Amino acid sequence: MTNGVPRRLAQAVVVLWAAFTLSFVILYLLPGDAVLAKLGGEAGTTVTAEDIARERAAYGLDDPIVLQYGKRLLAAAQGDFGRSIATGEDATELVLNALPSTLAITGLGLVFAIVFGGAIAIVGTYTRSRWLSQLLAAMPPLGNSLPPFWVGLLLIQVFSFQLGLVPAMGSDGFATLVLPAVTLAIPTGAIIGQVLAKSLRTQLTEPYIEVVLAKGASRARVHWGHALRNAALPALTLVGVLAGNLLAGSVITESVFSRDGIGRVTASAVTAQDIPVVQAVIVLAALFFVLINLAVDLLYPVLDPRLSGRVTAKAVSGV
Amino acid sequence: MTALLEIRDLTVSYHTKTGVVPAVRGANITVAAGEIVAVVGESGSGKSTTAHAAIGLLPRGGRVEAGSITFAGRELTGLSDRQWQQVRGTDIALVPQDPTVSLDPVRRVGDQVAEVLLVHRLATRRAAAAEAVELLRRAGITEAERRAKQYPHELSGGLRQRVLIAIALAGRPRLIIADEPTSALDVTVQREILDHLEGLAAESGTAVLLITHDLGVAADRAARIVVMSRGEVVETGPARELLATPEHAYTRELLAAAPSLAREPLRPRRDAGPEVLLTVSGIAKSFDGRTRVVDDVSFSLTRGRTLALVGESGSGKTTTARMVVGLETPTAGTVTFDGNDITRLGREELRRLRRRFQLVYQNPYASLNPRFTIEDVVTEPLRAFDVGTKAERHTRAAELLDQVALPSTMLARKPAELSGGQRQRAAIARALALNPDLLVCDEPVSALDVSVQAQILRLLVRLQEELGLAYLFITHDLAVVREIADHIAVMRGGRVVEHGPADAVLGSPTEEYTRELLAAIPGQVSASPPPVTA
Repeated sequence: MTNGVPRRLAQAVVVLWAAFTLSFVILYLLPGDAVLAKLGGEAGTTVTAEDIARERAAYGLDDPIVLQYGKRLLAAAQGDFGRSIATGEDATELVLNALPSTLAITGLGLVFAIVFGGAIAIVGTYTRSRWLSQLLAAMPPLGNSLPPFWVGLLLIQVFSFQLGLVPAMGSDGFATLVLPAVTLAIPTGAIIGQVLAKSLRTQLTEPYIEVVLAKGASRARVHWGHALRNAALPALTLVGVLAGNLLAGSVITESVFSRDGIGRVTASAVTAQDIPVVQAVIVLAALFFVLINLAVDLLYPVLDPRLSGRVTAKAVSGV
Repeated sequence: MTALLEIRDLTVSYHTKTGVVPAVRGANITVAAGEIVAVVGESGSGKSTTAHAAIGLLPRGGRVEAGSITFAGRELTGLSDRQWQQVRGTDIALVPQDPTVSLDPVRRVGDQVAEVLLVHRLATRRAAAAEAVELLRRAGITEAERRAKQYPHELSGGLRQRVLIAIALAGRPRLIIADEPTSALDVTVQREILDHLEGLAAESGTAVLLITHDLGVAADRAARIVVMSRGEVVETGPARELLATPEHAYTRELLAAAPSLAREPLRPRRDAGPEVLLTVSGIAKSFDGRTRVVDDVSFSLTRGRTLALVGESGSGKTTTARMVVGLETPTAGTVTFDGNDITRLGREELRRLRRRFQLVYQNPYASLNPRFTIEDVVTEPLRAFDVGTKAERHTRAAELLDQVALPSTMLARKPAELSGGQRQRAAIARALALNPDLLVCDEPVSALDVSVQAQILRLLVRLQEELGLAYLFITHDLAVVREIADHIAVMRGGRVVEHGPADAVLGSPTEEYTRELLAAIPGQVSASPPPVTA
């Protein structure tokens, strides 16, 4: 376990570098020009070639591409992605200011997803009632096929407008978090529920379960005390992947619920081709993804003693 | 004699999607308090189903259709979940078949033993932990305190089975159902475990219902034997009488088949032949550069003869076999096959030479591609070496099946449609496809029922006579070796500790270890009085 950590960290750095480089290349290859967009935005002004050149120099856009890349990479390594071309704010600050609100809904969304998915899987595999088991088995495909924006609008309609339980939009207070988090949690929870249920069913047919039953243990004990922990590994692997999806899903959710956050920052930065901001978002998303997966990797050996001191490839292939 | 467990006219069937499959029909079995009763039969005989019905743990779809199971006068069929929970662990306990998959992999073994005590509220959490250590010690585990804190994957198969015995004993049950408790273990470990289980049962007056496919094991351990075949009890009786004068034809068949009970080889033993086919000289293998898994192993094998390489798990016998067929490169030493040193051959030369030595694997369930038809399986080596046209290969496939006594109708079947014995025959047919000179057989019968083992061994002997094959036979089971080997090399800790003609090694072993292996063969106690029972 201790041997794995420096290597994982090195891998994480490589992932971040790749995310930065790839986004740099793609953004610079795209047609269009943020400086033109910015200067041309105000109607009635005349833009001279000197104005453009001055703006370009100010943002370092007149350097040769390799030099630009080198400079930006060096700055990015210190957390500086430059200033937003659209607003002139510091890109890193802009993104970091939007972060807490997004982390709040993705975090709560993840908790809801694990609770929903876990409940569906555990109850669905535990119950003796055939119709309940089949009903719960049908939930994941349903949850996963509902478009999030539609679910969001439906939730607003019912819980805000008709029942008036929670505010429909806004970014203040816990109450505004609930609906966006539920919207995010439904597809994610569906996948977690499906994988965990399948994994639980497999574990429940393993010979060691028979031994536990032969001890005189109740079915509940078998389920909670033995099968669940063994079944958790594939689901945990999935949580690492899905956490990244939650972040991506926040773009839609934040738009639907008119919330401030990374999603909205991303949407407007992409529209404006605001390269520094987009890059800051991409690298931040990569960092988030890397950290979640690092945490998942470190959790494996805690859940499964067979994995301590070994690479977790085996656990991952267990999906 | 009052019956502790009484099974009367028990009928069990499995309800599957394709219909109802009867598994047990009208079985009658009685176990008295403190008595050891063995239920003997092949796979599919219903012995395991009967045992599982007695502890209320029938596999999915299994249903008791008729009959009764009483324990100490109490009817068990129709008990609720909650009532069964009180019976299991404290009245009736189970020692399962395969210790490698029967412990929860993510929990410490001590906790798994203590769980029995906690479930039945026999001890507080702290007292349970201490008692678990004591139970592990009683089950024959040294350094029990340290072991209790370990996880199952850190223990050997033998130790895991001891943990399972500790679990079974924890609730002080009056009956232990032991379902093939040792068939996944090495012979010497098998003996130790069974000795221990027997001793503990006698000490605490616990009755044992021992399920086994090996009549030799049953003969050694049980006061009474119940023989099952096709879901029915065909014969019941005191062990000695049943073995001495078997009444049912099936019992006689089982007796004749059990390698452990055979006293004569299947064919007279022969001296080394004139032509040396394989010479292994001073080979060694190390995987980490330090410890040698195989160390300075030498032997030779002549054409048409059988050399058995005998040893337990970890003795290096399988690594040796893999070096012989060029699947592993020795760290030192040479392997000469018909004049060619295969350790120095190039990839292509080795490939060409491979036609002449083939491997037969232990597990016929895993060694055949499940998507292939049997014809595909058997002709695969021919396709790999581009031998013959499609029509010729088809003819050859039928011929090969005929050689291994499988009907040619099997050609179109998939491995899953064949029994274990039929699959192993198909695997042998595949090995014969290229007319090899040498077959390296790695435990070819240890995954099979005894009666099927005997058939496969006879087949191997016949093929050897017809085709002049040489066999390098890798096994842990001296009972099998006794039936077919001309020469024997005994391996331990990566070295050959004893080597010579089979009769000499079996008749007057010079090494203590060889004597231990010989003593571990089941079926030897049956000559002496059966174990004393209450």
